[in-house]
Amino acid sequence: MPMKLSNRTNFILTVALVFFVWLLLFFINGHMNTYMIRIVSLIGIYGVMAVSLTLINGITGIFSLGHSGFIALGAYTSALLTMSIHQKEVTFILDKVAWPFNSVQLPFLPATIIGGIVAAVFSFLIGWPSLRLSGDYLAIATLGFSEIIRILALNLRSITNGALGLKSIPQYTNVWWSWTWLLITVLFVGSLVNSSFGRALKAIREDRVAAASMGINIFKHQLLSFVIGGFFAGISGSLYAHWLTTIDPRTTSIGVMLTFNVLIMIVIGGLGSISGAIIGAGLFAILTEWLRFLEEPMKIFSFEFSGIAGLRMLVFSAMFVMVMIFWPRGIMGRKELTWNTLYSKLRRGSGESNE
Amino acid sequence: MRAMNEILKLDHVTMQFGGLTAVNDFNNHVREGEILGLIGPNGAGKTTVFNVVTGVYYPTKGKVLFNGLDITSLKPHHITHVGISRTFQNIRLFQDMTVLDNVMVAQHHEIATKDAEKYLVKIGKSKYGANSTWFWRSVFKLGYLRREKEMKDKALNILEKLGLRKLAAEKASSLPYGEQRLLEIARALATDAKLLLLDEPAAGMNPSESQQLVQLIKWIRDEFKVTIFIIEHDMKVVMGLCERILVMDYGVLIAEGTPDEIQENKKVIEAYLGEEWSHVAE
Repeated sequence: MPMKLSNRTNFILTVALVFFVWLLLFFINGHMNTYMIRIVSLIGIYGVMAVSLTLINGITGIFSLGHSGFIALGAYTSALLTMSIHQKEVTFILDKVAWPFNSVQLPFLPATIIGGIVAAVFSFLIGWPSLRLSGDYLAIATLGFSEIIRILALNLRSITNGALGLKSIPQYTNVWWSWTWLLITVLFVGSLVNSSFGRALKAIREDRVAAASMGINIFKHQLLSFVIGGFFAGISGSLYAHWLTTIDPRTTSIGVMLTFNVLIMIVIGGLGSISGAIIGAGLFAILTEWLRFLEEPMKIFSFEFSGIAGLRMLVFSAMFVMVMIFWPRGIMGRKELTWNTLYSKLRRGSGESNE
Repeated sequence: MRAMNEILKLDHVTMQFGGLTAVNDFNNHVREGEILGLIGPNGAGKTTVFNVVTGVYYPTKGKVLFNGLDITSLKPHHITHVGISRTFQNIRLFQDMTVLDNVMVAQHHEIATKDAEKYLVKIGKSKYGANSTWFWRSVFKLGYLRREKEMKDKALNILEKLGLRKLAAEKASSLPYGEQRLLEIARALATDAKLLLLDEPAAGMNPSESQQLVQLIKWIRDEFKVTIFIIEHDMKVVMGLCERILVMDYGVLIAEGTPDEIQENKKVIEAYLGEEWSHVAE
C-alpha cells in the first residue's frame, strides 16, 4: 500500500528541489557556453507557454488554438515598452511611433507584467464571445482571433512597425528571468488546480451538464481559466521577445506555428498535467536544437551528404508520432509528478528487490 | 406527520419544441418531505419536466416555483444554489476524477458564491457566479486549507453514509455500475439540496439491487431531510417507494394518486397496455 508523505515533508522536498534547480542554473550560467545558456532560458520560456496552455486546454478542456495571439500581444507590448525612445525612432521608418510608446521606456519587470495584463484583457475580450461555443467551433474561433491579432500587428504600422517588425529589442531574458517566471507560473497554476476552483475546472472538462448541475457557473469559470492562461501567455511572450530580440508578424515567428508548437509540447507531456507540460517543453526545446545536426553536411560511409533544410522537423514529427503510439495520452497522461507518486514508486521498487 | 406545504410547484407548465408539445399544461406540486414518483411510457415527457425544473429548458408557458420563489428563468447552476439537485438518466459522473473529488466538486458553489440563496431571493436572480476574493484566497492559500478540510470531511461523511468511503480514492470510471449510480446520488446530496430529482436511479439494476435502492432512498429522505421527486420505470421500485405518483402520457398528466389508486386507474392501464388490451387487465 503506497504511503503518503506528510505536507511538511512535501514542502521541504519542494523547496529543496527549487534550491537544487537554482544551483544547477547557477552552474550552467557560469560554466556553459552562450548557446547552452540560451537553450536553458528557452526551456523556461517554453515552460511558461506550455503550462499556461495546459490550464486552458488540459485542465479546463477549452480547445483553444489562440495561444500565439496572446503570446504576440505580450511580446509586442513589453518590447515596445523596454526599447529605448531613440531606438524606436530609428526602427520605425514607415510611420512614427504612436503615443504612449513614443515617450516611455520601462524596465523589464514592469514591461513584462504590463504585457501579461494586456494579453489578459484581450483574452477576456476574446473569451467573452467565443467561450459560448465549444469543441471544434471554439478552436476555429480562437484560431481566427489569434490570426486577427497577427493581421493587426501587420497593419497597425504606427504601433507595430508593420511587416518590418521590432528589431534590437534589449536582450534582457536570461536563465534567471525565464526560470523565475516559470516557477511563479507553476506555483500559481498549481495552487489554482489544487483548490476547489481546480476541481470545478476539471469537472467542466469531464462533463459540462453535470458540472452545471453541481452549481458551477461554466461560462465564468471557463473565462477565468482563459484569462489566467492568457496572462501567463503574455508573460511568456515578453520573455520570448527579449530572448529573440526581434519580432515580426510572420506566421512562423509569433504566429499560428507557435500555437501548434506549444500544443505539441503539452500533448507530448500529457494533456492536463502541469509537470507533463514542463517535460514536454524541455523535450521540445532540446530536441529541436539537438536535431540541427541533421541539417548540416555530413559524411556517412564516405558518402558526402549536403544538409537538407527542414529535415530535423521531419525527424521530429516522426518522434512525435512514436510518442503518440507508445503513450497515447502523452508521457504523464493526466497524472502529476509529485513526491508522493515518486515515493510510492520507490517503495514498490525496493519491495520487489527484497523479494 | 410531515409538513404538507408545497416545496416545488409547476404552474401550468407547457414545453414545446417547434411543433412538438413535450409537456402540456403540467400543473402539480411536490410536497415537502414526500417521495413523489413520476411515471409514464417512453417519450411521455418525464425527463423534460426535470429539465424544465432544473433550468435546462425555459418553458414555453407557465411558471416553476420553489418554496414560493419563481425559478423559471434561472440557469442550471442557479437552480443548484437555491437547493434543487438532480441525477441523470445516463450516468454523468466526472469519470477521470476520484470518487472523493466528485463529491467535493459539489461543494465548490457554496464557497464560491456569496450567500447565493439570500441573494437570489432578494433580486430574483444571482448575478455573481464566483466570489472574487475567494479566488485569490484559494490560490494564495489564505484560510483555504481549513475550508478544504471542512469540505473533505463533509464529503467523506456523505460517502461513509452511502457506504462508498472505502472507494474514495478510486477513479469514478473504475466503479461498478450500481456504485456509480450511488455516487451520483452522493454528489447531488453534497450540494445541500432540499429537493432531489432522481432520473431512473434503478435503471440497469437487478431485482435485489433495486430493492436495496428502495430502502436506501427512503433512508436518505429521513437522514438528509430531503424531498424526493423520482422518475422510474421499474414498477416494483415505484410502488414500494412512492407515497404519491403522477402519471404522464404524451406530455399530459393523466393521473395522480397513491400507488394503490394508480394500479387501479383505467387511464393508466390504457396508457401502458393500449386501449384494446385494457379489459384484460380488469
